[in-house]
Amino acid sequence: MTIQSSQTRDTEAPRGPAILLAAIRSVFLRVGVLPFFLVVSLIVFSLISNQFLSIQNLTNVARQSVYLVLVSLGQMLVLITGGFDLSVGTAIAMTSVVSALAMVALAPLMPDMIWLVILLGAGAGLGAALLIGCLNGLGIAQFDVSPFIMTLGVQSVGAGIALFLTGGVPVAGLPYDFGNFFGFGRVLGVPVPVMIALLAIVAIWLVMNRTKLGSHIYAVGGNVRAANLSGVNTKRVLFLAYVLCALLASLAGLLLTARVESGESNLGGTIALESIAACVIGGVSLRGGLGRVENVVLGAFFIVLLKNGMNIAQIGSYMQMVLLGSLLVLAVILDQFRYRMLVGES
Amino acid sequence: MDDTNPPLVEMTQISKEFPGVKALDGVDFMLQRGEVHVLFGENGAGKSTLISVLSGLYRPTSGSLRIDGEEVDLRSVHDAAKHGIGTVFQEFSLIPTLRVFENVYLGRELKRGPLTDRRAMVEGARTLFRDLGFEIDIRRRVSTLSRAEQQMVEIAKVFLAKAQVLILDEPTASLTEKETRKLFAFIAKAKADGVGIIYISHRIQEFREIADNISVLRDGRLIGTVSARDTSEKALVELMTGRAIDQIYPEIGRQSDGRTLMTLRQMHGAGFHGVDIDVRAGEVLGIAGLVGSGKSRIWRSVLGLQPIRSGTVTLNGRDVTHAATRHMLRGGVYYLPPDRKSEGLQLAATARENIKLSLLGRAGMAGRFGFVAPRRIKALADKIGERVGIASGHMGRIVSKLSGGNQQKVLFGKGFGEERDIYIFDEPTVGVDMGTRAALYRLIKEIAEAGKAVVVISSDLPEVMNLAHRLLVFSKGRVSAELTGAEIAEENVLKHFFAETGIQS
Ligand SMILES: Nc1ncnc2c1ncn2[C@@H]1O[C@H](COP(=O)(O)OP(=O)(O)OP(=O)(O)O)[C@@H](O)[C@H]1O
Ligand SMILES: [Mg+2]
Repeated sequence: MTIQSSQTRDTEAPRGPAILLAAIRSVFLRVGVLPFFLVVSLIVFSLISNQFLSIQNLTNVARQSVYLVLVSLGQMLVLITGGFDLSVGTAIAMTSVVSALAMVALAPLMPDMIWLVILLGAGAGLGAALLIGCLNGLGIAQFDVSPFIMTLGVQSVGAGIALFLTGGVPVAGLPYDFGNFFGFGRVLGVPVPVMIALLAIVAIWLVMNRTKLGSHIYAVGGNVRAANLSGVNTKRVLFLAYVLCALLASLAGLLLTARVESGESNLGGTIALESIAACVIGGVSLRGGLGRVENVVLGAFFIVLLKNGMNIAQIGSYMQMVLLGSLLVLAVILDQFRYRMLVGES
Repeated sequence: MDDTNPPLVEMTQISKEFPGVKALDGVDFMLQRGEVHVLFGENGAGKSTLISVLSGLYRPTSGSLRIDGEEVDLRSVHDAAKHGIGTVFQEFSLIPTLRVFENVYLGRELKRGPLTDRRAMVEGARTLFRDLGFEIDIRRRVSTLSRAEQQMVEIAKVFLAKAQVLILDEPTASLTEKETRKLFAFIAKAKADGVGIIYISHRIQEFREIADNISVLRDGRLIGTVSARDTSEKALVELMTGRAIDQIYPEIGRQSDGRTLMTLRQMHGAGFHGVDIDVRAGEVLGIAGLVGSGKSRIWRSVLGLQPIRSGTVTLNGRDVTHAATRHMLRGGVYYLPPDRKSEGLQLAATARENIKLSLLGRAGMAGRFGFVAPRRIKALADKIGERVGIASGHMGRIVSKLSGGNQQKVLFGKGFGEERDIYIFDEPTVGVDMGTRAALYRLIKEIAEAGKAVVVISSDLPEVMNLAHRLLVFSKGRVSAELTGAEIAEENVLKHFFAETGIQS
């Protein structure tokens, strides 16, 4: 048989284009498609309008993206476990309606303690969302209902209750301070909603990267059976993921309610799709097990930025839907490539 | 034995029923401190089920379990871990998307205050792997590791737990000599520390050097517990099967003037460098080498499962260098992947459906109007099942519920769906018991003697040495030796495992 001597040729220094290509590849593998989308849209929109990159516009985008960022963080948790949550919009609507009704009902009873009223109202809103999260978690973790059916069903139930409670009419007459502070207030020059979102981002980052629960969420999404064999309480982890998701959505719901200064049952209509899109564009794998907080935040920011840019470029809202949907599918296709490159031979 | 000290583990009259199957039937089992106790038996005998009961994965239908003399009711793996029971399961418990060190610490994260301490975990994992002598970068994602490397991670994971009962279910199934040595050294150390060890394996020669006692299971019943020192290999096999098996490895006739069906020339890719190989008709080509030597990856690249950087592959004279996997398969190549779980089987389908799937493309299987002919296919699938030794009752069962060795038989059966020219078997008998192995080897003999080319890649040295007419030894991505006939001897092969480059024939 033929015998070969060793020859190594693979030590040539890579040249310019090769380096660039390698860099693109490694960014793609590490972060996903987002950096590319972001760069392209920044270039395109700043060419279309010179307002786009102004500090004022960007601050505006930051403020608008708060709600989607919060919901996307929750969505990320459940996506990483390998599921998803279609009922985040309902969690927002329920929070809005219940907290508004509670505040309106309590305000006349204790007119001197308006902050207590706000606190109790917010608590009621969070409680309603907690119920939604527990329902989802129970069905999915305990009874093995598929996340699709469970959250779709809960979405319908919650939306129905919210409409029933209000008859579809916005609940007006919230305490002035509520909207003034949580909707429009500033602390140290930073808008309150932005402040709250930043705190939430830090908290979720810590949970995912520095706590047991975080590692276990990744583990359950990576392979449930294996996680179980490793002694992870998989049901508890799944349950908590859905509860946390609902609570984060609820937080967004409170801030939105403060912003619009009324309790509305139609808040959060498109947020399920948008939050899933933000996660996927931010590199969360739909197969579970992969995803990073900072990229999801950027993903949500990107979607709001895109909408903002399209508004400035005067693209109609119908066309915006088309673009957003296509982008989501494109992101998923690219995610498949990435997964194969990551998990396949390296 | 000391009467005042209760045994570490005492299982009494354990039975376990699954719907339609009695996997365990009144088994008694005892383990002392510092004892290595081997469980031995055919595929499906109930070994994994027994240790799963002890690991808290299954709850027994009846029977009782004592640890340190105290009756316990284990409800989960977590529960069992709290009682100091650590298990390497036959089915791996690693998370592919997590890194090695994260996997090792999964379920027992190190914490500082409320937060996990990543640095300490990285350090701890690094030390552990160094002590175990497993050379794996602990920051790699598990999905990028080979099956053997995953097995090492799995082993490391359980050693980290400092268990008082250590359970290893076929831990060496895809390990080579070198890693097995390291593992045995560690087992000896744990034993000296008073840890009780339960060890499951089909490799008699291997476990005889560490075993104190051997319990033999058959059809879910305990046949007996014997001392390892006083029981011969032959007696063990007889206990296991209920009959004597005289020869596992058949004499395979070699076609001396076999045509060259496939050639690999100057193949370069991830894990192999400058490899030339000829595959000839009527010959069994053995491929040996350590974990990571490239012995497996070269064939994966031939099959189009991983990229070829440079080099050529020809099949029947045609250049098929970058051909897609399905084209290679259609061109008459059969490939048995080493990891049945991730690549080989449809886990949620029955054994019969798995075999049927490989029959669908076969000529003569289509009925009228080109629709599949269900009855004909079923009959053929059953015939194939019989040929590879799958009990007829197992054909209709979901594959993921079959015992490990029986899954391997299903995988093997899929190769007989179509007539092929070249059969590439990567670790064909992982976890298969002696009796069945003998049957599978006879099948390989039939294939080779019918003039087909057979390639057997295996980390089980006796297996490749006994089957191969011609043996290639891989070392560091190169062919370090080509041995034929009488040259195929253990010391000869081992010598070339560590060869740096090169060349001899
Ligand atoms: N989850 C399950 N559901 C149904 N049947 C099962 C399940 N697990 C095991 N069995 C059956 O129980 C019997 C014993 O299986 P077990 O896995 O314990 O065998 P084993 O001795 O470990 O075999 P091997 O050497 O092949 O690993 C087999 O008939 C198997 O099909
Ligand atoms: Mg087993």
